[in-house]
Amino acid sequence: MAALPPYASPAQRTWHYTFRIICGLIFFFLIFPIMVIVPLSFNSLPFFTFTPEMLRLDPAGYSLINYKDFFTNPDWNNALRNSVTIAPVATLLATSIGTLAAIGLSQSHVPFRSAIMAILISPMIVPLIISAAGMYFFYSRIGLQGTYLGVVLAHAALGTPFVIITVTATLVGFDRSLTRAAASMGANPVTTFFKVQLPLIVPGVISGALFAFITSFDEVVVVLFLGSAGQKTLPWQMFTGLREQISPTILAVATLMVAISIALLTTLEFLRRRSERLRGLTPA
Amino acid sequence: MASSPATEEAFVRFTKVQKSYDGENLVVKDLNLDIAKGEFLTMLGPSGSGKTTCLMMLAGFEPATNGEIYLGDRSINHVPPHKRGIGMVFQNYALFPHMTVAENLAFPLQVRNVGKAETETKVQRALEMVELGEFGSRRPAQLSGGQQQRVAVARALVFEPDLVLMDEPLGALDKQLREQMQYEIKHIHENLGVTVVYVTHDQTEALTMSDRVAVFNDGVIQQLSSPESLYEDPQNSFVAQFIGENNKLNGEVTKITKDTCVVKTNDGTVLKADKVNVDAVGDRTTISLRPERVELDPPKKMDNMLNGKIEELIYLGDHIRVRMTVAGNSEFIAKVRNRGEKRDLVEGETAKIGWSTSDCKALDLAS
Ligand SMILES: Nc1ncnc2c1ncn2[C@@H]1O[C@H](COP(=O)(O)OP(=O)(O)O)[C@@H](O)[C@H]1O
Ligand SMILES: [Mg+2]
Repeated sequence: MAALPPYASPAQRTWHYTFRIICGLIFFFLIFPIMVIVPLSFNSLPFFTFTPEMLRLDPAGYSLINYKDFFTNPDWNNALRNSVTIAPVATLLATSIGTLAAIGLSQSHVPFRSAIMAILISPMIVPLIISAAGMYFFYSRIGLQGTYLGVVLAHAALGTPFVIITVTATLVGFDRSLTRAAASMGANPVTTFFKVQLPLIVPGVISGALFAFITSFDEVVVVLFLGSAGQKTLPWQMFTGLREQISPTILAVATLMVAISIALLTTLEFLRRRSERLRGLTPA
Repeated sequence: MASSPATEEAFVRFTKVQKSYDGENLVVKDLNLDIAKGEFLTMLGPSGSGKTTCLMMLAGFEPATNGEIYLGDRSINHVPPHKRGIGMVFQNYALFPHMTVAENLAFPLQVRNVGKAETETKVQRALEMVELGEFGSRRPAQLSGGQQQRVAVARALVFEPDLVLMDEPLGALDKQLREQMQYEIKHIHENLGVTVVYVTHDQTEALTMSDRVAVFNDGVIQQLSSPESLYEDPQNSFVAQFIGENNKLNGEVTKITKDTCVVKTNDGTVLKADKVNVDAVGDRTTISLRPERVELDPPKKMDNMLNGKIEELIYLGDHIRVRMTVAGNSEFIAKVRNRGEKRDLVEGETAKIGWSTSDCKALDLAS
């Protein structure tokens, strides 16, 4: 927010500060429910509320018991392993497919571009439960229901639209004469893609990959439909944990997932900025 | 100057090339063009006349709708751009922003699997050729427009192609830099002996740099000749108007001899002119005459002598532009060299003017 200019009228001043307060409130509304989980996850008693000891900041009120349960309980270990094997593969698939699709669809000679784009984007728009039900019937027919591959493919389909959108946005600023220049210097299309085009659109690819990862990592509806016990992911385990045993371990899991998300976002944002800087200013 | 490629084996050859983007309108209509090895050929023409399209077809980025394009002795219609081995300089330079200057120059060598040491030597030599020896480690964004332009030229030449295409490469530079770069590119061409096909809409650029100029209009080559004969002997009124300054006098052909003709202008003045682009008595014609070929107060008798009313005098230092009404045309310009002696040119008075037959050309009627 820009500083107030010296000629601001009283009304402008009032609005300036009101605006800041509104922003603060929105921020609080979004962040507080997440932040409150963090101290609660260190509760030494199996409750979902702050105990008097915790409020007094008595060390006895805090413990790592929930985290210990998470790392020792085989149910959670399994879920963690599944999440960690499903999300990266789904991300890789979604990123490759999405990037290639965005590049293909950015070329003016491709027929039915907007129709193809709409179909590829649809998993983002159609209500998840409908996609999930549709996938369930389709995947059962072809024997993918209840398999690792099935869940990975479904998650990749959910993540692809994010990659397409971010990469398409980056391609808008991409100068086509660069690929032509590369070709005139003797680079074949594959070399041109990896040496010239990809390095320049990598910020969009990274952002898209991040969204695709989070989509898979947080996803619970589709995996409930398509997965079997062998594909129980962290969100699925949390869901059952809430419904069946109300174990406070999920507070620890939630905290860990928030931490992972923040770490991912920060790293990727750093990477994105770095490559954007390297990309420099395109000459006029 | 006027190299005649007909005697040499053509290096680049367009035969009956046509191009349409939409399947209806021909943007390039029946292009036939031979370019000799080592030649500097410029495609000159107004915006939208199809110059870039021709260059893109030669580079392989646009397919020709009809006709064949030959490079050396083989047809390249079905050769993809990256296998043509043609260097190219783009109007916006198209330097890779994520690579340093040296990496940009090394790129064409790397894709050809040239060894590391050789690459380094060649890159350095190319940078020195464009006087940017110290700039290898910079990124394109850290260079000025003129420097980026030089890098683009060096990059198009570093892999030693036999043919280099340049599409308005100086269009984004200011006037002074543009003139300097014109000479530099010209010198590089002379030193390396590379064949250059150059596109511009700037006639001065075309005249200073080229061995031959192809003047384009509306997808057709209007004239293909040396800069000198383009200026001295325009073949039609489009070329006469497009190249240099030009006085137009419209009239009708009344008599034709072998190389000359007599034209009666619209106001009845009778003039003798070179017969260039008229066929028969009765044809409507436009006479074209360069302003510097008009003599004021001719000391001796000339082929065409008439009176003109001086409308306006513009002092330009080395010469004085005199706008007059001559044969009914009030936009008639005569350039009078400034010889230091005081001339008694007065606006509103009548002056005697004259010019010789060979300086005025009877061409097709200008639109
Ligand atoms: N990619 C394209 N698609 C459709 N029409 C084009 C394309 N490129 C050029 N044209 C048209 O072809 C004509 C010639 O263009 P161009 O070759 O760029 O001319 P110049 O380079 O002489 O200015 C113009 O009318 C232009 O609108
Ligand atoms: Mg052009």
